[in-house]
Amino acid sequence: MGIKVDLEKCIGCSLCVRACAQSAIQIIEKKAKIDLEKCNLCSACVEACKKYSAISITKDVAENGIDISQFKNVAVFIEQREGKISGVSYEMLGEGRKLADGLGEKLIAVLLGNKMQDQANDLVKYGADKVYYVDGPDVARFSDDTYAHVVSDFINKEKPAIFLAGATAVGRSFIPKVAAKVYGGLVADCTKLEIDPEKKLLLGTRPAFGGNLMATIICPHHRPQMATVRHKVMKQAVRDESRNGEVVLVSASSTGAVERTKIIDIVKEVESTVNITEADIIVSGGRGMQKPEKFSLIKDLAEALGGAVGASRAAVDAGWIPYSHQVGQTGKTVCPKLYVACGISGSVQHMAGMQSSDYIIAINKDPDADIFQIANLGIVGDALEVLPALTAAFKERLGK
Amino acid sequence: MNIVVCIKQVPGTTKVKINPETGTLIRDGVEAVVNPFDEYAIEEALRIREKVGGVVKVITMGPPQAETALRSAIAMGADEAYLISDRAFAGSDTWATSYTVSRGIQTLGKVDLIICGKQAIDGDTAQVGPGVAEMLGLPYVAWVRKVEEITDSHIRVERLMEEGYDVVEMPLPGLITVVKEINTPRMASLKGKMKAKSAQINIINASSMQVDMARLGLKGSPTQVLRSFVPERKTGGEKIKDELPVMVDKLKSTILDLGIVK
Repeated sequence: MGIKVDLEKCIGCSLCVRACAQSAIQIIEKKAKIDLEKCNLCSACVEACKKYSAISITKDVAENGIDISQFKNVAVFIEQREGKISGVSYEMLGEGRKLADGLGEKLIAVLLGNKMQDQANDLVKYGADKVYYVDGPDVARFSDDTYAHVVSDFINKEKPAIFLAGATAVGRSFIPKVAAKVYGGLVADCTKLEIDPEKKLLLGTRPAFGGNLMATIICPHHRPQMATVRHKVMKQAVRDESRNGEVVLVSASSTGAVERTKIIDIVKEVESTVNITEADIIVSGGRGMQKPEKFSLIKDLAEALGGAVGASRAAVDAGWIPYSHQVGQTGKTVCPKLYVACGISGSVQHMAGMQSSDYIIAINKDPDADIFQIANLGIVGDALEVLPALTAAFKERLGK
Repeated sequence: MNIVVCIKQVPGTTKVKINPETGTLIRDGVEAVVNPFDEYAIEEALRIREKVGGVVKVITMGPPQAETALRSAIAMGADEAYLISDRAFAGSDTWATSYTVSRGIQTLGKVDLIICGKQAIDGDTAQVGPGVAEMLGLPYVAWVRKVEEITDSHIRVERLMEEGYDVVEMPLPGLITVVKEINTPRMASLKGKMKAKSAQINIINASSMQVDMARLGLKGSPTQVLRSFVPERKTGGEKIKDELPVMVDKLKSTILDLGIVK
């Protein structure tokens, strides 16, 4: 196991040096030299050296005793809150259906809930060939130990080749525990899933370094191949009344899960009614809003457009709006269809949280603000003047 | 109370820029720092120690130079530092990292509470905290924004969710991962910095832990990076500076053309 530079092929071009995120490569006497103490075998240099193929990584074949041929079908975790299936679950069904069709395999939906038999039956209409429904008061709401136990149990019994879940607060909390239990390969927060047509492997592509680097990750020798998937990236499954499938009912009490955490209270505290990670439209405000009273202009436009309210770190730190609205590296990552950045200059950290939005509008006084570099439409103007006029224009249209 | 804080050394990203000609990350002059989320974890550990007494041990897995991150934690006020480091760990994915860190923590004796930052800002996976909890068989709560109450036997916390928060109670020993909202990390004092300079860094290597060697490093990692690449940057589109009504009309028609406003 290791990384090697073929000195015959290396021309000392230093492309690998620039690609290396660990600063582990130097050019010494016109040849690349890799510092093995720093290298973490990420393969960025191998990719950078495609033209010359001078760098290679070799790996011992894993001997984990897992017969991967036993695993087949695509399973998706269906997330519900208070008995309502969340939007990201329909995205999982849509994407899972595509992957299953690509492999010629079945799509299995895994639902944990209490008295949700009707919704379980409904999942068939959204593309599931089989629904594994675990029913009972113990699984009515999310808890880490129980959910991880029940889902691991499902994986051990049904042996899916691929397992997907939404990259939500719930999914990103307990799915890593499941992967730890079953020794599965988990790729976090994917924005793209594909099947390698030859090897039939899942290719999960995800952003790292706050979106500055993309990595495509595979899980060749372990099963299942697991991924959490970012909201709003995949298309939702379309309901089709003609679809048929089977629903397997499992009693939650029969799974033997032991819960150690106890939920004392559930408190809602989002100021607007729309959750920013699930919103199609986000209107976001930053330092340029100047004072707390003026931040209401953001809320007004969001309301007129039927969108959610976001904020930069500066606005949150100033106390204009709670942290749950913060977009960016230390806040939430969002990818709505429309992101309107108002009075936000566009720090690297903020842009990391919203640059994958479908369409970006920036409103800023400073014509040189970095946010304009990624905006589809840039308005050089004072957000404090533009916002009320725009809100009025939409209200007029809606006859409000 | 024995508190363990898991930290990671990451590149200080504020300076991460893309070279517009080659499209690659510019790394020159980027210093290595303690992962920002881990600073909240260190701070919370110090606050709990101040309240109920005890020892704060910081642990990291990484190359030898990761000891500077441990020294930063000592400078903030942590008591002991442990560096899990061995060539056998190179190429570890989140599974192998969780396994290695959990086995490293097992060498520390009695542990009551483990605190991790919610994720590292380089990998952004948020998988090692829960992985460590699972591999140590400990209960766990993610996304903690407030510790409401802590005793020798249990902890009650607020867990940040998409639409608010859950109040969750769990027995100790246990593991929590913390979000930014939990506190404001203190600056290192001059005295702390002096102490950090001479602090002992305890090295834990593969042979000093009870491990299955087949589960370490690249070999023990279920996932592999097939390729990594710099994403196509959005290039700025149209930029307008005009009279207010003109700009508002343009905004309105652009938004309506997207067909998403009901």
